[in-house]
Amino acid sequence: MVADGSHALGGMASRDRGRANAMQRFARRRSTIAFLMTLPLLAIIVGLVAYPAAYAIYLSTLNRRMTAFAGTLNFELLFESDTFWMVAFQSCFFAITAVVLKASIGFWLAHMLHHIPDKGQRKWRGMLLVPWVIPPALSTLGWWWMFDPSYSSINWLLAVISVPEVPWLGHHWWARIAIIMVNVWIGAPFFMIMYLAALKSVPEQLYEAAMIDGASSFQRLRYVTLPMMANIISITVLFSLIVTFANYDIVRVLTNGGPRDLTHVFASYAFQVGILSGNIPRGAAVSLFMFPILALCAFFVLRSVTRRNKEQM
Amino acid sequence: MAEVSVRKVVKAYEGNVQAVKGIDLEIADHEFVVLVGPSGCGKSTTLRMIAGLEEITSGEIAIGGTVVNDIPPRDRDIAMVFQNYALYPHMSVYENMAFGLTLRKFPKAEIAKRVNNAARILDIEPLLERKPKALSGGQRQRVAMGRAIVRDPKVFLFDEPLSNLDAKLRVQMRTEIKKVHQKVRTTTVYVTHDQVEAMTLADRVVVMNHGIIEQVGPPQELYHHPRTRFVAGFIGSPAMNFFPARMENGSGALRLNLPNGIVLPVPADRTARYQGAAGREVLFGIRPEHLTEPKNLERDNIAVFDVTPEVIEPMGMETLVHFWMQGAEICARIDPTTPAEPGVPMPLAADLNHMHVIDPESGMVL
Amino acid sequence: MSATTAGEAPKGIYHLAGSLRKERRWALLTAYISLVIAAIIFMAPPFYMFITSLKGSGEIASQIGSPWLVRDPTLENYTAIIFNPLFQRFMFNSIVITLFVVALTMVISILAAFALARMRFFGSQVLATGVFLTYLVPDTLLFIPLYQIVGGLGLLNSIWGLILVYPTLTVPFCTWIMIGYFTSIPKELDEAALIDGASWSQMLLRIFIPVALPGIIAATIFAFTVSWAAFVYPTAFVTTPDQMPLTIGVVSQLVRADTFAWGQIMAGALVAALPPVVIYAFLMDYYIAGLTAGATKG
Repeated sequence: MVADGSHALGGMASRDRGRANAMQRFARRRSTIAFLMTLPLLAIIVGLVAYPAAYAIYLSTLNRRMTAFAGTLNFELLFESDTFWMVAFQSCFFAITAVVLKASIGFWLAHMLHHIPDKGQRKWRGMLLVPWVIPPALSTLGWWWMFDPSYSSINWLLAVISVPEVPWLGHHWWARIAIIMVNVWIGAPFFMIMYLAALKSVPEQLYEAAMIDGASSFQRLRYVTLPMMANIISITVLFSLIVTFANYDIVRVLTNGGPRDLTHVFASYAFQVGILSGNIPRGAAVSLFMFPILALCAFFVLRSVTRRNKEQM
Repeated sequence: MAEVSVRKVVKAYEGNVQAVKGIDLEIADHEFVVLVGPSGCGKSTTLRMIAGLEEITSGEIAIGGTVVNDIPPRDRDIAMVFQNYALYPHMSVYENMAFGLTLRKFPKAEIAKRVNNAARILDIEPLLERKPKALSGGQRQRVAMGRAIVRDPKVFLFDEPLSNLDAKLRVQMRTEIKKVHQKVRTTTVYVTHDQVEAMTLADRVVVMNHGIIEQVGPPQELYHHPRTRFVAGFIGSPAMNFFPARMENGSGALRLNLPNGIVLPVPADRTARYQGAAGREVLFGIRPEHLTEPKNLERDNIAVFDVTPEVIEPMGMETLVHFWMQGAEICARIDPTTPAEPGVPMPLAADLNHMHVIDPESGMVL
Repeated sequence: MSATTAGEAPKGIYHLAGSLRKERRWALLTAYISLVIAAIIFMAPPFYMFITSLKGSGEIASQIGSPWLVRDPTLENYTAIIFNPLFQRFMFNSIVITLFVVALTMVISILAAFALARMRFFGSQVLATGVFLTYLVPDTLLFIPLYQIVGGLGLLNSIWGLILVYPTLTVPFCTWIMIGYFTSIPKELDEAALIDGASWSQMLLRIFIPVALPGIIAATIFAFTVSWAAFVYPTAFVTTPDQMPLTIGVVSQLVRADTFAWGQIMAGALVAALPPVVIYAFLMDYYIAGLTAGATKG
């Protein structure tokens, strides 16, 4: 392919005593065109992602009125505040619990879907993905209504089986559980779809070979399915960790951080501090705390994806 | 239509890996030339340089007398048939064949005329409205050829066009390609790794190996008079047998001493040819059909010896006998009616009129 | 099939075949039970939203009987919400924003993906990785600096500010999956087009776009659903109701009155959620293809 040679073109053209032939001109024009075609993408990546990320670091070093450099003051103040540590705890607790639940439920459901006859799979799959399709802010609104202290339809169901009333959004631990429940409800279908796609890509013959080798259904899961899916599992889990860790919609709609700021996660706390209270530098500092964890996850996602691509070649 | 000249063409990739190491080839107008060789021998690269899909590192390629090094593929007036056919999946057969003409702004009526004409030649008229997905492998192959024919280019280029077909269809399409060429007479360069395809299709076969041309010639010449050990071993199936031997001068005649004691007298008409190799180690080569039961060879220059067959392969019209001799697996071709059994010694005769003697150092056939 | 052969087989194998069948039946039963439970839980909230939206305020307030049933179904909530000028404004804003963002996203990502998949150039590998990394950066990490930047451009409280920043949510993923779709097109196809006389633009318009159409549909659906559901940016950048899209409009403006008009809120939320759900219902296969493409392609 012409394309493979084009890296060396610049150097070659000059070595060839300026003999810029039509092919080379063609190729060189092509890389100019290619560059122009990626320019809008580049503008978005640089202008709206890379630059703001760097700008956030700069902002976090300013004083409250953004008139002077304040060094690491914002971070120091955060470290001294109990609320901040609570937010850090809640963010991690929320992300880890929710992702583990989503992944397990998704895996279980994908497995169940994979077992039933092909005819019915489409219908079930279509139904089970609905929570993922509804914009989260809007479905969370429905959940909020279901958690409503005086009209809770969930408590009504619980009352049927004689469970006492649960103060869903009134008590911070119940509120945390409610947030996790909603997030799992939204996210589990995504895992289910990803794992179902991965299950379908495992060649049937591997299972037949394992069966002939005498593997039980659990052993087939352990020695065929899981290794074949290891990569996709790690990609989805890491990806979901990023998204869940940075979640904002659910907390905003369901509790808005309450009761007593005990259910804030990084995103909602940064919003509260930065936008609502108008302390932009402090808010930037809060949101920057997400960065190391997200970067770590992103690194591992990228590694798994490259590895997966290499496997597929 | 035009002749194609390839002059001192080199293709080097990054890191100075040479895929094609300076080859020369003159292809005449109307000629059907097949480039054949094992994978990685540079045959496809050569074809793609003629097509303009690959840059030429040095040397030049001319089509119809014009040097095309600097001309992009679309202006070279060539058509190419790819191994996986490369049919545009979203276009009907008609649109696939018309695409090149549409881009060149041919009038609609002319396009229709050409496409229908090509469809008639290839017998795909009822398929014109279908999408490639709805076609069988053989039909796709025909469409790919149709796409080349409608353009009425100077040169047809085929890049392993039959490799994706099953054995039966391959034979059928081979005949089809030959028929089409006899009808349209367009200069054709055809790349394949299958020497049977090369032999059956070509006016001239070009055998390539490691980026150089080993030999160019009509199929029969390559078969009977290979110039190098590589060509001798590559052309013909089952392949030619080789074993090490020593050329000895003895009592006015040359003879070949095989290490296991068998002595093969060199035919008198070849004495002068092999005189230079006297007293040296050589490779003795003989095709399976010249290693057969003695009753089939009742003439001069025959050597008879006993062998113990290891495997017997009945092929129908012939039977292949495999046996070991001095660490080399040897294949002989016998009549299917001759009784042969693994492990039971049987006499075989070598027809030394068809022997080949190879200099093991240069790899050249003497 | 296994049953007939098992009948003639010796006793030990018969047992095995029998247990195999039993095992299979149990597996099927577990599967269906799990799926039914999951379906009930997954469908309950939207179902309850729908039930509520059919109730008059009197019925919502009364705490008699099951809240999961509606006794006196009425469409008054829907008529109220649909003829509410504020809601109409939200809907209009959402449509404008989404149309612009989807169009921008598709143009940018198709051009970039074609260049990255086919015309390798200096830095293209780095850029492709960059695209993927950008996709992993969540919006909640960037909204504060973007708030400053959008404010600096004078675009706070304007749907144009949203149209400017939404592509950060859609372009990286769409480019990424389009790269995947484009690289899966065999190279011979471009070579054939090149020999047929196609220029780069003809190759893109007449070969790549039609061949990768399923991918383009999947990416378009993705861009649509993401910009329709976007929440963080409009919450941060828009405070005046007339510039709000549906998501934040329904959440912040309808939930205002002292006595919560729950029927209307639920009706509004359902109407707002309708477009993505309808698209999903009709284009489920493309939707799912887009969803799974991120990890399996590219």
